[in-house]
Amino acid sequence: MLTVKNLHVSVAGKPILHGINLDVKAGEVHALMGPNGSGKSTLANTLAGHEDYLVTDGEVLFEGENLLAYSPEERAQKGIFLAFQYPVEIPGVNNMYFLKMAVNAIRKAQGKEELDALDFMKHIKATLTKLDMEDSLQKRDVNVGFSGGEKKRSEILQMALLEPKLGILDETDSGLDIDALRAVATGVNKLRNAERAMIIVTHYQRLLDYIEPDFVHVISNGKIIRTGNKTLALELEEKGYGWITGEEAA
Amino acid sequence: MNSANPSVETLVEGGYTEGFITEIETETLPPGLDEDVVRRISAIKQEPEYLLEKRLKAYRHWLTMEEPTWATVRHPQIDYQAISYFSAPKSRKDSPQSLDEIDPEILETYNKLGIPLEEQKQLAGVAVDAVFDSVSVATTFKKELAEAGVIFCSISEAIQQHPELIKQYLGSVVPHTDNFFAALNTAVFTDGTFVYVPEGVRCPMELSTYFRINAANTGQFERTLIIADKGSYVSYLEGCTAPMRDENQLHAAVVELIALEDAQIKYSTVQNWYPGDAEGRGGIYNFVTKRGLCKGDRSRISWTQVETGSAITWKYPSCILRGDDSIGEFYSVAVTRGHQQADTGTKMLHVGRNTRSTIVSKGISADFGSNAYRGRVRMNRGAENARNHTQCDSLLIGDRCAAHTFPYIEVLNPTAKIEHEATTSKIDADQLFYCRQRGLSEENAVSMIVNGFCKEVFNELPMEFAVEARKLLQISLEGAVG
Ligand SMILES: Nc1ncnc2c1ncn2[C@@H]1O[C@H](COP(=O)(O)OP(=O)(O)O)[C@@H](O)[C@H]1O
Ligand SMILES: [Mg+2]
Repeated sequence: MLTVKNLHVSVAGKPILHGINLDVKAGEVHALMGPNGSGKSTLANTLAGHEDYLVTDGEVLFEGENLLAYSPEERAQKGIFLAFQYPVEIPGVNNMYFLKMAVNAIRKAQGKEELDALDFMKHIKATLTKLDMEDSLQKRDVNVGFSGGEKKRSEILQMALLEPKLGILDETDSGLDIDALRAVATGVNKLRNAERAMIIVTHYQRLLDYIEPDFVHVISNGKIIRTGNKTLALELEEKGYGWITGEEAA
Repeated sequence: MNSANPSVETLVEGGYTEGFITEIETETLPPGLDEDVVRRISAIKQEPEYLLEKRLKAYRHWLTMEEPTWATVRHPQIDYQAISYFSAPKSRKDSPQSLDEIDPEILETYNKLGIPLEEQKQLAGVAVDAVFDSVSVATTFKKELAEAGVIFCSISEAIQQHPELIKQYLGSVVPHTDNFFAALNTAVFTDGTFVYVPEGVRCPMELSTYFRINAANTGQFERTLIIADKGSYVSYLEGCTAPMRDENQLHAAVVELIALEDAQIKYSTVQNWYPGDAEGRGGIYNFVTKRGLCKGDRSRISWTQVETGSAITWKYPSCILRGDDSIGEFYSVAVTRGHQQADTGTKMLHVGRNTRSTIVSKGISADFGSNAYRGRVRMNRGAENARNHTQCDSLLIGDRCAAHTFPYIEVLNPTAKIEHEATTSKIDADQLFYCRQRGLSEENAVSMIVNGFCKEVFNELPMEFAVEARKLLQISLEGAVG
């Protein structure tokens, strides 16, 4: 589904990613781990099409197409979803309204019929039930005054509503207490299926207690320096990043 | 003539969609202004002697005044002798009694504007007093309003039919000496709207006037007078559009509101006059004096405005809070793009005790647009415990536009309190990326963010006009980013 080849990315003239290779197939869950500042968010934002991130070399194929040729909204419409590390507040814009606009923009681009208010309500209710979530955030403005946990929960709900092919979760676990973490993980697990792939960016191993990845990659200084299965994450937890980044330096 | 508009393409590309010109025969005075013109206007309208005197006094006073220069707007010198001061559709002579008698071209114009003038469209519950250039051509819903005792007619008609109200109130809130444009208006005003809501009556429907400036080179000098008697309520909407023309047109209206004890007046404006082309040619000069008098105790006047049009907007809807416990409110969205200039704001003059005022101003600038908020809050000596809250937010789209804020505050009573908050922000790149990552186009994202920015003001508009205002905002900001 997603093939990243020798990806080099600069931000504000500064090279951050130095040749990332990654191959993600439908149905797979990949964990991307690494110390702060190693380039995890840079990779996530580049895949989503953020204009501040300049690809200087390499290529990205999504379902066989050159992903880098598309605008952020076109990528979203093709089925790429990014759960933001820092979801943005949009004052004055009702969350429910925002979700409906997003769902319909994507449905329209995919040649599906747009949902009217009533059908959308049904869609949201069904999705909330599926995720085992409450309805409390829909009446508020987008992310305005949400707690950390609420913001992340809302990102998962958005992912569920938009039904992407590839979900990228950027540190969705950071700063969450154990209940919120469990809620997020439950949501993610419910959204796993044979057609959908996910890249889960995380700094800590603990999310992986709840979401079992098929692959674990360790990124350091803009390069993937190690790939393994879930035992790699456990080893990392035990020995710290120094173990592996030191190993590389050695 | 449907092909009057030369550039259908520009409309499709999000240009000024109301820019068609109606081909009808008009009766127009030649350009120029002197005492004779003032006399002729008064004579055409068969006005009583005292009104002619009032006009002449205003005219003579105007001659002694100078155009104000303190607003942050720049424009070429207006040649007041090049303007025609009266233009009326010909059919006016035998003043239309029903819609059938109205020139179909005029009706077609209103249809294009989406004004609910025909009977079936009136289900929307809006009574329309349509002003076509200088004369009211149709007043709808008269009967139902009459049953409630509400008088809703053109000001010319009120001058004939309700002389005692006109004598008592016309010019009582905005005297001709008030300012340059008010003096000019008093001298040459041609028509406008009159509303009187009797004691204890809640006006059964929204009242609405749609202004449209049509004839070339005619200034429009509307005069509106709304009186809410004790304990009554009225909500009034003024919508404005004008055809596309190369020359600038002058609009200098005067609106006076009077609320007696326990009465409430809500006055909403959606202004979409032609703003001029991308190079800044043409467009309406909009110099308007709007003022409400909260005359009685516990009376309340709210101004809500959405200003997206005009080349130049100069307006400060104001409230004089004379009655104790009276309330004045001002909610405003002003959009400037291209080379538009807006200098707008409000004045709240607190006279009575426990008077309250709220000001919420949202300025949006894009391209080379310039947006100034100018607000004045004065607490008089007797304004015991008076309160004002002002919130003034500017949103910039791009980096060639400008926003200015000029708050003037005078507090003569130590128990009075004023709060002022001001913010300036740019449309945030992170907000845009977030929306686009959710599949929204950049334009839809901008329009959504801007609408969110304006929400507090839109919430004050009657439902159907809020929808219209949102649409208008979207049209006026098309292509502003990117
Ligand atoms: N918008 C930006 N402008 C400048 N530098 C940035 C920007 N985004 C990221 N960086 C830099 O790129 C590096 C990688 O950051 P990031 O991808 O956020 O790391 P991670 O998500 O792994 O913590 C850091 O050194 C960070 O300072
Ligand atoms: Mg990060």
